[in-house]
Amino acid sequence: MSTPPSVNRQRRNLLVGTAAAGGAAGLAVAVPFVESMQPSERAKAMGAPVEVDISNIAPGEQKTLEWQGKPVWVLHRTRAQIEGIAKSDELVVDPGVEQAQQPSSLKGNKLRSEKPEFFIAVGVCTHLGCSPVYQQDQDRFYCPCHGSKFDLAGRVYKGVPAPTNLVVPKYTYLSDTKLLIGTDKKEG
Amino acid sequence: MAAADKIVTTTGLLGWVDERFPLTKLFREHMSEYYAPKNFNFFYFFGALSLLVLVNQILTGIFLTMHYKPDAASAFASVEYIMREVNFGWLIRYMHSTGASAFFIVVYLHMFRGLIYGSYRKPRELIWIFGVIIFLMLMGEAFFGYLLPWGQMSFWGAQVIVNLFGAVPFIGPDLSVWIRGDFVVSDATLNRFFAFHVIALPLAICGLVAAHIMALHEVGSNNPDGVEIKKTKDPVTGHPLDGIPFHPYYTVKDLFGVSVFLFVFCTVIFFAPEMGGYFLEANNFIPANPMQTPAHIAPVWYFTPFYSILRAVPPVFESQFPGVACMGLSVMVFFLMPWLDRGAVKSIRYRGSHFKTWLTLFIVSLFILGYLGTQPTDVWGRFGEGVPFVGGAERATWGARLFSVVYFLYFILMPWYTRWDKTKPEPTRVTG
Repeated sequence: MSTPPSVNRQRRNLLVGTAAAGGAAGLAVAVPFVESMQPSERAKAMGAPVEVDISNIAPGEQKTLEWQGKPVWVLHRTRAQIEGIAKSDELVVDPGVEQAQQPSSLKGNKLRSEKPEFFIAVGVCTHLGCSPVYQQDQDRFYCPCHGSKFDLAGRVYKGVPAPTNLVVPKYTYLSDTKLLIGTDKKEG
Repeated sequence: MAAADKIVTTTGLLGWVDERFPLTKLFREHMSEYYAPKNFNFFYFFGALSLLVLVNQILTGIFLTMHYKPDAASAFASVEYIMREVNFGWLIRYMHSTGASAFFIVVYLHMFRGLIYGSYRKPRELIWIFGVIIFLMLMGEAFFGYLLPWGQMSFWGAQVIVNLFGAVPFIGPDLSVWIRGDFVVSDATLNRFFAFHVIALPLAICGLVAAHIMALHEVGSNNPDGVEIKKTKDPVTGHPLDGIPFHPYYTVKDLFGVSVFLFVFCTVIFFAPEMGGYFLEANNFIPANPMQTPAHIAPVWYFTPFYSILRAVPPVFESQFPGVACMGLSVMVFFLMPWLDRGAVKSIRYRGSHFKTWLTLFIVSLFILGYLGTQPTDVWGRFGEGVPFVGGAERATWGARLFSVVYFLYFILMPWYTRWDKTKPEPTRVTG
């Protein structure tokens, strides 16, 4: 690059240096503004585990509770429903439960639950975050927004917009009727 | 000093101002001596009407802000308060909500005008680009505003759209948390959307509108013949022979357009402000419930073509990003228009059958996609089980796929079909 002789090199270098320093300072000033849009300390603290009583859920019924602001389902599956899950193996994307959408202890568990009768899942569609509906007559979860379907183990059907299975959160049984959602440790 | 050299011919108060501020100069450059083609037709009303609706949105918005509370606990109730207890609150809110739909109607017609008369072609590429940015900002503005009433549709619409950003590879999940300011759509989200809606985007839109008009007045307006009027000037005055001063000719004509527009606008405000669920959706009269998605959710009509494209694309390799990318592309592709069109002429009047066919296919696709976006995916039922390849699949999903492809082919094939088109010779002067 040739420089016209009239350019004062010293002034030009000073100009480039000042512009670079000013630009860096401008970027540094942007950091607190960008960071201010992150979840606040209060929002982060809202993610504590929640306790749920499962003794009053009749077989075939589903209970919805709130954890981290999201709906979490506890579905009491009937014997027929548990047996029906195996039949949907050929309809779902991930019959062997290989996707990392559940605590590692449940990987490869086709029912995706600690106890076969109680299925716990975050009720948020993995497509774009709507809350699917439990359709008992068809033994599936159906998302009203974009038509995604999941079987009663939350495994996603083929040919629907949702790419992955429903998320199963960490949870632990405090007793036969008490469940703590959001942690796999009893202390919570 | 340059200021001392300037010649001010006005006197009195105006002269005093002109010596200190280029008031008369600006008026001449942009109004009384801005020469616009004399053959503007119906489609040329919609630029001025967009400006009118923008002013309506800003004015009514200011008054709504005086009573609205951007707080998840009180937002829904404050909108009901505006509707029932604030004096004329119902009118101001309906002007604002109807104005939002009216904005998209006039902007879509304004863009359609650009497409048929080639208004994006050289030397008007920057006008077009500023316009597409305004369109994008307007979509953002409408989206942010739609969350504010904190109804079921507000909440779940925002949930879906913010999650679109979650589909971006690698940074997606963090990006959507950053946009929401929380792990779900919440009070923090409402509060910041309010900030974007009432100050950030309106400021940007006003600035861009100024740039859009400055660029227009720099190169001059296109017209239904696509002929450059600056090529034929009066040798004495130097003004284009086919041009007339914007003021008073087009200011008066636009006033007439404004009157007709206001008739329609007021009819909607007073007799059909919800427009059968298209301008204000029924589900939005239910307060937001993060635990339950309404049985059928659909965006407001002006987003439905793009939403249909999103819904039509199946996930690829367990990722929904392709659908999101296609939806983004379906809007972004408008930026490329000035370089995709290789036609010998600008206006549809002198184009051949290729251009007209593709434009028709594009508009038909847009309408069908728009319709499908308002409906559940099983609206057309399913193919029979025996049908090869698509057996058992939803007809509407495949319909949306087909028309999405047509939508994109209009742009992708444009460099070829516009070049091969048998065009008619463009006249040297406008045809009245």
